[in-house]
Amino acid sequence: MGTLEPGSEIEPLSVTPDRYLTVRYAGASGDFNPIHIDEQFAQQVGLPGRILHGLYSMAQVARAVTAAGGGPQSLRRLSVQFRGMGIPEHELTVTGTVRSVSDGVAIVETVCTQDGKAIIRNAEAEVVVSG
Amino acid sequence: MAVNTAAIGKSYAPTTYAVGREKVREYARAVGETDPLHLDPEAARAAGYGDVVAPPMFAVVYAMPAVAAGMFDPEVGIDFARLVHAGQDFTWGPLVVAGDEIATTVCVKDVSERRGAGFFVFESVSENQRGETVCTGVWSNIVRGA
Repeated sequence: MGTLEPGSEIEPLSVTPDRYLTVRYAGASGDFNPIHIDEQFAQQVGLPGRILHGLYSMAQVARAVTAAGGGPQSLRRLSVQFRGMGIPEHELTVTGTVRSVSDGVAIVETVCTQDGKAIIRNAEAEVVVSG
Repeated sequence: MAVNTAAIGKSYAPTTYAVGREKVREYARAVGETDPLHLDPEAARAAGYGDVVAPPMFAVVYAMPAVAAGMFDPEVGIDFARLVHAGQDFTWGPLVVAGDEIATTVCVKDVSERRGAGFFVFESVSENQRGETVCTGVWSNIVRGA
């Protein structure tokens, strides 16, 4: 883990959700919306196929910023906007830059991309600076 | 589309969620958490917690049943076939640990219409058994126009 100073970048996080990730996440989270788990249904409502849960992608942003902060206790707030759609079997990458640090709290701006497109943007985390 | 702004301010009876160790571990594995605080009770105890620690985003699990009460409320009138989750904001307090009981209250924060789309914003406030606010959530949804 690096230091959280204005302008510094957090360690990027990359993960490739496997083919059945959305099924496991549905069970773990309780969100069984068929657009995430049923290929035929997703296509019937005009999607390219099953899409990732937005809150799963947000959890990847949370993992990246808690790792930067040194643990789950460091994350005070996370605010995101969902844009576009994530799909299984394509790599997600979370990157972030510290915008400011004041009163022991770093504001980290993050983005989650897949195939070169942002699926989460304007993500802002408040992370307690340890030490 | 017409939206019912009369629903603004409506709140729903609290729901209580009992946080179980295996549910925390199942969630942590599903999202790829590797921190032993979320997976190993011994590691969590060694760090001063009573049991495995829920990842912050586990708020989705304990708050969702309460949020669903609002989202499925006929007076709010969300058309799920056109629903898009537009944004999410969580603010956290003390960490949630397996064994905690979390009570969540939800209210309709805003309902509006812009350019033919409906905007529905819910706010959730989750407290543990000691009355500490562990998470406040703002859930923003768009229902696309016909």
